[in-house]
Amino acid sequence: MDMNAYLSMFIDESNDHLQSLNENLLRLESEPEELSIVQSIFRSAHTLKGMSATMGFEDLAALTHEMENVLDLVRNEKLKMDSFIFDTLFKGLDALEAMVQDIVGGGTGKADVTAIVASLQVILKSDYSPAKAAGQAQAPAAAAATSAVPLVAEEMLLDEYQSSVLLQSIESGHHVFHVQIAIRDSCLLKAVRAYMVFEVLERSGEVIKSNPSVQDIEQEKFDFSFAVFIVSNISKEELEAQILNISEIESAVVMALDKESLAELNAAPAAAAAETAAMEEALTAVQSPKEEQPVRPAAPAKAPASGAPAGGAAVASRTIRVDIERLDTLMNLFSEMLIDRVRLEQLASEIKRSDLTETVEHLSRVSSDLQSIVLKLRMVPVDSVFNRFPRMIRDLAKSLDKKIDLVITGADTELDRTVIDEIGDPLVHLLRNSVDHGLETIDERIAAGKPETGTIYLRAFHSGNHVFIEVEEDGRGINQEKVLQIAVKNGVVSEEAASRLSPDEINMLIFAPGFSTADKISDISGRGVGLDVVKSKITSLGGNVTVDSAAGRGSKFSVQLPLTLSIISAMLIKLGSEKYAIPLSSIVETGIIRKEQIVNVHGNRMIEFRNSIIPLVSLSKVLESPDYDENEEQETEIVVIRKGDKWAAVMVDEFIGQSEIVLKTLGKYLTNIEAISGATILGDGYVALIIDPNALIK
Amino acid sequence: MGEELKVIVFALGTEEYGIEVDKVRTIERLSPITRVPKTAAFIKGVINLRGVVVPVIDLRGRFNLTETVPTENSRIIVVAVADMEVGFIVDSANDVIDIDADAIDMPPEIVGGIKAKYLRGIARLGEGRLLIMLNLSEVLNKNEIIQLEQLEV
Repeated sequence: MDMNAYLSMFIDESNDHLQSLNENLLRLESEPEELSIVQSIFRSAHTLKGMSATMGFEDLAALTHEMENVLDLVRNEKLKMDSFIFDTLFKGLDALEAMVQDIVGGGTGKADVTAIVASLQVILKSDYSPAKAAGQAQAPAAAAATSAVPLVAEEMLLDEYQSSVLLQSIESGHHVFHVQIAIRDSCLLKAVRAYMVFEVLERSGEVIKSNPSVQDIEQEKFDFSFAVFIVSNISKEELEAQILNISEIESAVVMALDKESLAELNAAPAAAAAETAAMEEALTAVQSPKEEQPVRPAAPAKAPASGAPAGGAAVASRTIRVDIERLDTLMNLFSEMLIDRVRLEQLASEIKRSDLTETVEHLSRVSSDLQSIVLKLRMVPVDSVFNRFPRMIRDLAKSLDKKIDLVITGADTELDRTVIDEIGDPLVHLLRNSVDHGLETIDERIAAGKPETGTIYLRAFHSGNHVFIEVEEDGRGINQEKVLQIAVKNGVVSEEAASRLSPDEINMLIFAPGFSTADKISDISGRGVGLDVVKSKITSLGGNVTVDSAAGRGSKFSVQLPLTLSIISAMLIKLGSEKYAIPLSSIVETGIIRKEQIVNVHGNRMIEFRNSIIPLVSLSKVLESPDYDENEEQETEIVVIRKGDKWAAVMVDEFIGQSEIVLKTLGKYLTNIEAISGATILGDGYVALIIDPNALIK
Repeated sequence: MGEELKVIVFALGTEEYGIEVDKVRTIERLSPITRVPKTAAFIKGVINLRGVVVPVIDLRGRFNLTETVPTENSRIIVVAVADMEVGFIVDSANDVIDIDADAIDMPPEIVGGIKAKYLRGIARLGEGRLLIMLNLSEVLNKNEIIQLEQLEV
């Protein structure tokens, strides 16, 4: 069989599984008692093993197999996770990732994994035998416990209100059931099937609790099974038959509950606690030299059952993968069409034939719908960049011996793919910088009266036409004195200029080229190339980065990014014979001022605008306009623009109107033109330059 | 006999210049040029070349010759060198000829006021006709433009 046809699918899915392995391992590290996470890790690993073996990547399969063995012991509570096991598993993951990357690059995915395999086997055998022996002693007890509360997962516990409702229902003679429903794993629209199940259930009674929650089920956030508690007025058999009537339902296990079993359910957490205590006791007890055999059989019996749903999980989402190049082509073609649309609109307004105008208007509406869809197609949740950070922070924290919590919010915020592709490296720089320079060591934090675990917040959110990404940490903050010293020493500013800088301006010095405040050079950050690269990269994306810091309380880096880099709304203006476009996203408002409203403050022209004095910028001077001079006019149109919280009024000749414009670069020959960020082609075929408002505000 | 080269022949004033055909994207009549502020004087601006924005430079200005008013014969030759697309305004472009690579001599120090480094060589076409072959990567050298801009400031 020709495997090449499946290779790209294999690579995509392996990457998905590796990512979920990474995420789940991190989660498990913070909640080591949560065995359901181990289950999903095990499933991912198992699927990955199967896929790589099918594709003939033996090393990949072998390593996954060893990791799976360890996970299996953990899953069956025969092994307790500790930092050594976590580190080994993470190392294993890195090796797997490297192998998959090798396959992506056209390699065979071969790698020397003997070291990792050896340490995995150590975990499996010798060093961890005490735990194993204990597990063996404890296994029957665990088995007994599970049989007492069959099918009820830990998170399926009822709260007080729910159990009292159930209890009352039982007392008043209603049937109370626990129903475990499994949907066939070939089912494509499992949420729909689940919905049908709920409809049946609600027809005959009332659902008290469902796991996962109804919302999650509606959004397909469940594997192929879910469980509910239901108060019903029909019999167990009837209910079962009704549910099984729905197609694509694999099984429905209905268990009637009475007072005793309900009480048992509620006692389960207590039992679990007692069980752990018992297990720990067993751990400390001297191990008996019994055979390890009895422990093993449980594992293979369970493996196929849990492996099956995992295989189907990835298939069930209603998305298709599309080559990025095709999306780019679509975008380019659409841009061409947009230019023609504007041209058509212009022609229609000249020709003034009503049926032509109507058709063109319709075309315009359709094309603006099309535009929003084309742009949405290219939007990717910022999560695709964020998802590698938890792991990175964990490793950095370990190597620097710091304790760090990374709190990510807004990972579902969407950004244009072109921006996503570029934003990863700058964010890595910022995060590394926060870990290395921002957060103190544990001792320093305790000395400063802070909790020993530092927190880094990574937030993404929309605001207007921009997306903001913030990296905030509760570390030591920027040492302004030190920044000034180094800036002067490295010649970033002169001593004289330094004394006049505002605190904000001092903070911005850390973005200056050739600046580094780290006392010693580390391999994390601090080669002095970091932050100025970050700034220039973000600026080249049409964004902006600022820093806000309070000594002793931490710093916040705020990155502002445009939503998209390809089509923007802009105000077209005239300057004599020339036309320019100003991005609408930076325009606050437009207006007209008279000559006498202009005041001179310290040699600079200002105007009063909404109770504040803002600078007046002469666009014709900035752009060296050949045939327009606003000084000859009594009244001048102004555009009030904004950059962060700074405002300015820009004098223009005439407004043409608002329009959707397609961004074009000026090419490689013309780069870094002051106050110009690009060009666009107008409906009449002429090129208009796009003004960079940020350059107009000093 | 050396290699055969296909060359586009264009004129600046009284002199004839050549660019290899494979470096030339297209030859256009003059179209409206949008001025780009704060650039060197010989950079005339940008044009819309079928949906692509292409910068245009006046070759006369680039070689420090006096710039003239465009005529009916003026053309824009769009060349592509090292990822860059740039249009040259020339007085006229009217011929494609084959020349023998052996017929290209190294340029003397000064030819027609143009610095030798912009030249690849001089081709003898017979009957006393000389063709100046341009070294495009030097003509489009950006570092030099930056220096020029700094001189102007």
